[in-house]
Amino acid sequence: MNRLVFTNIFRFVALLLIQVLIMNKVDFYGFLNPYVYLLFILLLPFETPGWLLLLLAFGTGLTVDIFSGTLGLHAASSVFAAFMRPLIIKLVGEKPEYDITTQPKLQQMGLKWFMTYALLVTFAHQLFINLLDVMSLDEFWQTMLRVIVSTLFTFLFIMLFEYIFAPTKAKS
Amino acid sequence: MRNILVFIIRYHFLLIFLLLEFISVTLLVNSTYYQSSAILKAGSRVTGRFYTTVSDATDYLKLRTTNEHLAQENAMLRQMKSVSYLRNDTNTFWVNDTLYKQQYKYIVAKVVLNTVGKRNNYIMLDKGSRSGIQKDMAVITPTGIAGTVVNVSENFSWVMSMLNKHTRLSGKILKNGQMGTVVWNGVDHLYGTLTDIPAHVKIARGDTIVSSGFSYIFPAGLMIGTITDFRVEQGEHFYTIPFKFSVDFNSLQYVYVVKNLMKEEQESLEKSTEGLKDE
Repeated sequence: MNRLVFTNIFRFVALLLIQVLIMNKVDFYGFLNPYVYLLFILLLPFETPGWLLLLLAFGTGLTVDIFSGTLGLHAASSVFAAFMRPLIIKLVGEKPEYDITTQPKLQQMGLKWFMTYALLVTFAHQLFINLLDVMSLDEFWQTMLRVIVSTLFTFLFIMLFEYIFAPTKAKS
Repeated sequence: MRNILVFIIRYHFLLIFLLLEFISVTLLVNSTYYQSSAILKAGSRVTGRFYTTVSDATDYLKLRTTNEHLAQENAMLRQMKSVSYLRNDTNTFWVNDTLYKQQYKYIVAKVVLNTVGKRNNYIMLDKGSRSGIQKDMAVITPTGIAGTVVNVSENFSWVMSMLNKHTRLSGKILKNGQMGTVVWNGVDHLYGTLTDIPAHVKIARGDTIVSSGFSYIFPAGLMIGTITDFRVEQGEHFYTIPFKFSVDFNSLQYVYVVKNLMKEEQESLEKSTEGLKDE
């Protein structure tokens, strides 16, 4: 249990540093920004209680906000993504009952499960962040295009990170 | 009472969610428009220093282009030498002339944080109120206008980039002096839109757009961009003119903050004139 807490703290710090130092500077075509810090929310253990999940997401978002000068933007969308997480897990399939150590990871839950899960959470996050950033429905389709493209882009980076930093064999 | 408790316990997940969203959105609304929230100010003291360190390291990678820009700037300043005397005051440049009274003062600042990808983009500079920067000052680069200062702390200032939904700037077409409004529609950081130019005016691709000077913030004749296309939407009497920004917002490094020394005089004149009308 302690090891799990430690791993998550380490992941939090590492992902935030990567996000702030590197990913915030990545700007494909002027608006594609990979938000890899989402991976922290994605990889929290299945057993994380709801309130803790929300608070952790809020903290993560707020930290990113303070470093990007967009106070509240990432906090709001991270909390929304965390709020959707239990629903999404219910939708794509819960973890097997018998195994306490199973975590929502690529190598434990399989490629198909993780891809669906990550894609849905990322979409929730990007939908919220883009709507909030524009704060109106005037340019709706343009905003939706932004949502879809940046969801795929962030998703790509999340899959890449999962393969790079947890390269054990994936069971299918 | 017991029922309320049961309700809170039962729906605590939803309630916490709503509470946190409420806090976030309140923060966002208060900070996006005024950038004056205390948290961001306190945060900018930490993050500003952090980004200064990062920027100090990454500056080496951009030395070549910075040098080129400085060389161009030097050449331009040398041309102006015959008409004005420059006194070098560490980082503030004054023009002293008895015939021409100086209206604008330039302060050099370094960009420590900049975005181009959002719908509303902001820039953070490494100089603040201590260096004489105030709210509502223009921010320009050697190639054109970059934005307007919207908030300052002691050592940093927060600039609303041209790439922002709230940017509205008075610009004119250099060739014929026609005045319009410059806005950014949020698609591409290379292109902006000029509106409010009447449809009977003759314009062409490649025409230059400069600042009109009809504001207390921007000096007249600063480069904004060049027209790439123009059309009149059906039922409209005004052009919609996409243009290419002369500034590459993706590679901002050093900027000048422009102080209008006569702004207060101009504003008080306007105010006192309005007072006359009321009487």
